[in-house]
Amino acid sequence: MWRKRLVAVSAAAIVAALALAGCGSSGKSSSATSTPGAGTTGANLSGTITVLAAASLTGTFNQLGQMFQAAHPGTTIKFSYGGSDTLAAQIVQGAPVDVFAAASPTTMKTVTDAGDNAGTPQNFVKNQLVIAVPPGNPKHLASLKDLTDPKLKVVLCAPTVPCGTAATKAEQAAGLTIKPVSEAPDVKSALTPVELGEADAALVYRTDAKAAAGKVDAVEFPESALAINTYPIVALKGSKNTALANAWVSYIVSPEALAVFTAAGFQAP
Amino acid sequence: MTQPSQQQYRRPPAILLLPAVIGTAYLFFPLVGLVVRSPWGTLWQRLTEPGALTALWLSLITATITTAVCLILGVPVAFVLARTRFFGQRFVRALVTLPLVLPPVVGGVALFTAFGRTGVIGVWLDRWFGIELPFTTTAVVMSQTFVALPFLVIAVEGALRSADTRFEEAAATLGASRWTAFRRITLPLVGPGVAAGSVLCWARALGEFGATITFAGNLPGTTQTMPIAVYITLQNDPNGAILLSLILVAVSILVLVSLRGRWIGTG
Repeated sequence: MWRKRLVAVSAAAIVAALALAGCGSSGKSSSATSTPGAGTTGANLSGTITVLAAASLTGTFNQLGQMFQAAHPGTTIKFSYGGSDTLAAQIVQGAPVDVFAAASPTTMKTVTDAGDNAGTPQNFVKNQLVIAVPPGNPKHLASLKDLTDPKLKVVLCAPTVPCGTAATKAEQAAGLTIKPVSEAPDVKSALTPVELGEADAALVYRTDAKAAAGKVDAVEFPESALAINTYPIVALKGSKNTALANAWVSYIVSPEALAVFTAAGFQAP
Repeated sequence: MTQPSQQQYRRPPAILLLPAVIGTAYLFFPLVGLVVRSPWGTLWQRLTEPGALTALWLSLITATITTAVCLILGVPVAFVLARTRFFGQRFVRALVTLPLVLPPVVGGVALFTAFGRTGVIGVWLDRWFGIELPFTTTAVVMSQTFVALPFLVIAVEGALRSADTRFEEAAATLGASRWTAFRRITLPLVGPGVAAGSVLCWARALGEFGATITFAGNLPGTTQTMPIAVYITLQNDPNGAILLSLILVAVSILVLVSLRGRWIGTG
């Protein structure tokens, strides 16, 4: 009897827990901690700012945040990473943040159109697409045209997200159409099937392929030069710490930061 | 099925009433929020977009096939778990509930490792039969079955454990085979449990996202179910995504309510 009840109760509890859990996603935030690093010019900086940045900047911004804080004791740079379009929408709706770094001019335009920017956005890096293939490139893929082979399993980003827009541009530039087996909702999930060996290729940013080095190889293709994504950054009007916000923007467009970006696979703007 | 006539409807104890109201309200208000926020003016435009209806149709079809598969596989699993004793039974029971705990996205990766073209079974399917399962509509049903099957098994096992076994014993003494006793006695006895389990299973399959987008991917018309269409829309049109999810909620309520009277009994 007791056992029966236990089964019934735990079944109910599990059902309830699952209904609550459902599926979650996005919205990671982190704050960098101080470690010794390089320095920048600027004096009397203190306090905290929050930077909203495109998900593809996660690795580099965390690193640059640590370097900046080491050079300016007493400052804290907090980051919130996500899809550029989601972040732009948060700013327009009045999120209390200081700096916005977007993965595309279009998403930056959402913010400038709403008049939330303080100053003009500055481009700080470019990113372009590569063909991500399993290690060793077993199918010997060398060009975008190779991806049109119907026997291949190719994953693209959905046309609504920036990496998908870039893929469409590259296809148009090459005058061909790739039929994907799946349109991934973001660049990381486009890479996963290739890492698992379940897809033969995916069009992803060079920086993402580089971050997954060892699990995928990157094949460069000429048409990607016509589908380049430019990353703009701007301080925001709503900032309560304009000095620190401006200092961060100046740091990101500095040669020192560019060295970190190019090491991660980005290109100079 | 109708309610037993001797059941009485009474006023619940006051101490149960308050949490009952809070619990209901907690589930209710997020839905109200969606309804309020939804851009109703664009409803017709949304519904006539080919993508939305295709995704809705694919969701309804795959969730229904999934429920059928879960019934065929899940009722026997529940029967074996409830009515037999064997070595490793506890292990099997834990195994059956495992997908409930596993984050669905990991479930999708797990399906790759089993049925993908490099998977432990998939590699043979590919080599012997030329079957590649990932990124197909079959993969959608497989993903949904993986996450929905435990719901059916748990519901039916619970029903079997609380059912009176004396009827089965009586049938056996009267010469019925075990299969006949199961078909004619056991199954009708646990009918409401099976029906409730099927509804849970169907609803879970309909809302499935994580395992599906991993193992089946997202391709409109082939593997893009409604929850995936909602997620993709959410990327640049949050209000549109709300409306799409409300359409999904409305259709599922419609289906469940219309079935309720027929299969599950009024309640």
